[in-house]
Amino acid sequence: MNEVALEAKGLVKTYKRVRAVQDVSLVLRRGRVTALVGESGSGKSTVAKLLARLVQPTEGEILLDGRKVRQVREYRRKVQMVFQDPFASLNPIHTIRYHLTRPLKIHKRPETPEELMERVQLPADFLSRYPHELSGGQRQRVAIARALAAHPEVLLADEPVSMLDVSIRLGVLNLLLDLKERLKLAVLYITHDIASARYFADETFVMYGGQIVEGGDSESVTQQPAHPYTQLLIESAPDPERSVVALDAPVEEVAAVSAGCQFAARCPKAQARCWTDAPPRSDVGDGHWAACWLYVETVGSAA
Amino acid sequence: MTFLLRRALFYLITLWAAITANFLLPRLLPGDPVQAMITKLGGRLNSDAMASLYVLFGLDEKKSIWEQYVDYWGALLRGDLGLSFTFFPTPVADVLSQSLPWTLGLIGVTTIIAFLLGTLMGVYAGWKRGSWMDTLIPVTTFLSSIPYFWLGLIAISVFSVTFPLLPASGGYAAGLVPEWSGEFVGSVLEHAVLPGITIVVSSVAGWILGMRNMMVTVTAEDYVLVARAKGLSEKRIMFAYAARNAVLPSISGFALSLGFIVGGALLVEMVFSYPGLGYVLFQGIGAKDYPLMQGVFLVITLAVLVANLLADVGYLLLDPRTRREG
Amino acid sequence: MNFKTKLGLGILAFFTLIAVIGDWIAPYDPSAMSDDLLSPPSGAHWFGTTMTGQDIFSQVLVGTRGVMVVGLVCGVLATFLSILVGVTAGFLGGAADEALSALSNVFLVIPALPLIIIVASMLPSADTVLIAAVISLTAWAWGARVLRAQTLSLRRRDFVEAARASGERTWRIIVFEVLPNLMAVIASGFVGTVIFAVMLQITLSFVGVVSLSTWNWGTILFWAQSNQALGQGAWWWFVPAGLCIALLGTALALINFGIDEYANPRLRKVRA
Repeated sequence: MNEVALEAKGLVKTYKRVRAVQDVSLVLRRGRVTALVGESGSGKSTVAKLLARLVQPTEGEILLDGRKVRQVREYRRKVQMVFQDPFASLNPIHTIRYHLTRPLKIHKRPETPEELMERVQLPADFLSRYPHELSGGQRQRVAIARALAAHPEVLLADEPVSMLDVSIRLGVLNLLLDLKERLKLAVLYITHDIASARYFADETFVMYGGQIVEGGDSESVTQQPAHPYTQLLIESAPDPERSVVALDAPVEEVAAVSAGCQFAARCPKAQARCWTDAPPRSDVGDGHWAACWLYVETVGSAA
Repeated sequence: MTFLLRRALFYLITLWAAITANFLLPRLLPGDPVQAMITKLGGRLNSDAMASLYVLFGLDEKKSIWEQYVDYWGALLRGDLGLSFTFFPTPVADVLSQSLPWTLGLIGVTTIIAFLLGTLMGVYAGWKRGSWMDTLIPVTTFLSSIPYFWLGLIAISVFSVTFPLLPASGGYAAGLVPEWSGEFVGSVLEHAVLPGITIVVSSVAGWILGMRNMMVTVTAEDYVLVARAKGLSEKRIMFAYAARNAVLPSISGFALSLGFIVGGALLVEMVFSYPGLGYVLFQGIGAKDYPLMQGVFLVITLAVLVANLLADVGYLLLDPRTRREG
Repeated sequence: MNFKTKLGLGILAFFTLIAVIGDWIAPYDPSAMSDDLLSPPSGAHWFGTTMTGQDIFSQVLVGTRGVMVVGLVCGVLATFLSILVGVTAGFLGGAADEALSALSNVFLVIPALPLIIIVASMLPSADTVLIAAVISLTAWAWGARVLRAQTLSLRRRDFVEAARASGERTWRIIVFEVLPNLMAVIASGFVGTVIFAVMLQITLSFVGVVSLSTWNWGTILFWAQSNQALGQGAWWWFVPAGLCIALLGTALALINFGIDEYANPRLRKVRA
């Protein structure tokens, strides 16, 4: 097993009325990609922000290399983030060079911006340009270069390709894979596209209504989905646009059914107790698990 | 209702701040101008009047600032604003209650006219962007850059001195007694024409510009585009879709800039010797009549706050989002 | 930059020049009396003379400096205050925002003119700089309100989050990430404040609560009004100063349109 870089234990984030994240635990290992799959409103972006320490958790703790890090700056040196929208995550008034020089300076790294540009396969003469002069894919590479400047162990990628043209998505994903290998990065890949998780991630977690409902290695989660929600997600995968519309649940609605299973209201296999009791995690084989009552009798509770 | 309650609470805080500022100013600033005035008036002040001036201006050094503050509120709640030096020995409250109706009549009516007129012209200017209406902008900018009082002076010199068409000063003709007669009302209206037009002309520009810019912004919104695509008539789109949404910021702007507009309008009263609060304030300045000046400030603040509350009700009626909140 | 903005900047530059050299190029001592009483404009007195034979052209030239100094001082002070309050409120959010917003709204709603008149007339010596300071205290609120709204929308933008995630400190994010994006709003607030301050100062001089020992356009109007210039048909006594005020105000407003159009492309003129 690869060495553990970041571990989240029982994270809970409650906003005024809404429980955005409920009891999320996950482990990120060096040199491995972990995918977190869910629709908008599932709480997956909040998980990214919690792990980046941009948002304070209501409950739970985050361990970096096995210990709690008090100092935010020390934490940020090791945990970096790439945002979803490369058009919004770069400040329009600063040059690319400024964006790359700052983290180098903050974390006292010896590299030059030129070296960072090379690492993300961009020409060095882009450094004097402004964000609006670059394409979406180029901007996202700049954002990745900025994250790499700190020499992080962990890279949190919040839907890094969803705003990009389909034709250039693969290039950016391959760049991330390549960097993961070379720099032994622990990558959290957040996405709504479960098909890309299979291609890109070693391990996949599925999130619904603020909770992780299924997890395991990507191959078995995507090929033998256990949770009815994951099954629905995969059925609708060929047409990702439709899946989002069909399954998208307003956050309030999700929060309202907090007593039992979050998915009960739209689950085709819902039973009476799904409404009243939260399902425990059940092992469905080879470290692959699902939080669903369907597997409690047949396989036996693993909770 | 929550919206209105919150606004009302805010206005109470504002009123409290204004009253407290009024209380603190004579105590914080150096010099004792009121003491000097009392000495000058000497024996002509009776002991009651003297006592209330002491309370209002903090001349009683023996009392703590907190006791003074309590006494001050006590005096205000009794309606005791002290004696006016200018109109000695009339109490300030009496002077104010005589001049307030004139100000409410003149400034209230003209401000509403200016707002409605300016908003309507702004709607057209924003809708017909690129037409001849755009030439209105430099003209209105120039007009809005003229101080109210100077425009008043020009108006007097043209329409009262060079061509003696309208009276230049006062609220009604000398020799008339205020009563509900045709002659008196006619005279009042005649005297209100010049100051009224002055206020409207110099304040209308701001509304035109603000509304035009909002219209231009709103016209590019999707819902206007959709309304167009649905084939609705131009007029309907302009008023029911674009203007309806553009007017909301204009109304909140109206409420917030009332204090500023009223200040300018007070100056017009000064220039035209109109018997309202502005002219009273002007007379107070000359005589260093602090009780009167402070009284004017309080009454104007109160009036502006009430007008603000009314604007909020208007906003509430037009904006479904705030309505639902209640 | 379009013609309107250029025109505005040109007029502003002209008045700035007069503010600097006005004292030297004035043909007469503005306070010196002469025997040419209340004479209309002529070759000797371009803008005519006052009741006591003072040269109005010289008064306007010399008075420009007082106007511009107050405008500038207030513009700087009030803009600084509005950034301090507005950006802080917008960036911090929560209870701090509620309190600071309520504070600016209180300052906005309270009628400034009567309040300043009271303060100015209570001050033992109401000289130019002191008046500028008092005006600044009432002039910052509008800018603060606008800046707060803008900051609030910037604060949740991803590049601010990204700066935090890369380890920037809060003050650096405010100064180097947020403020530069607010420059257009700050500039337009500055120009607006200058207009407000100039108008207010002239008004205060006109009603006679400011020290009359230094000349500005408002004091000229004060003397014109108190000497019944209107009744005597001496239009030249109050027309030049008033036109200067209007010209300066128009110039500043034109500059502000330029800034607005730069910041909000929708307002740009449609090309036929």
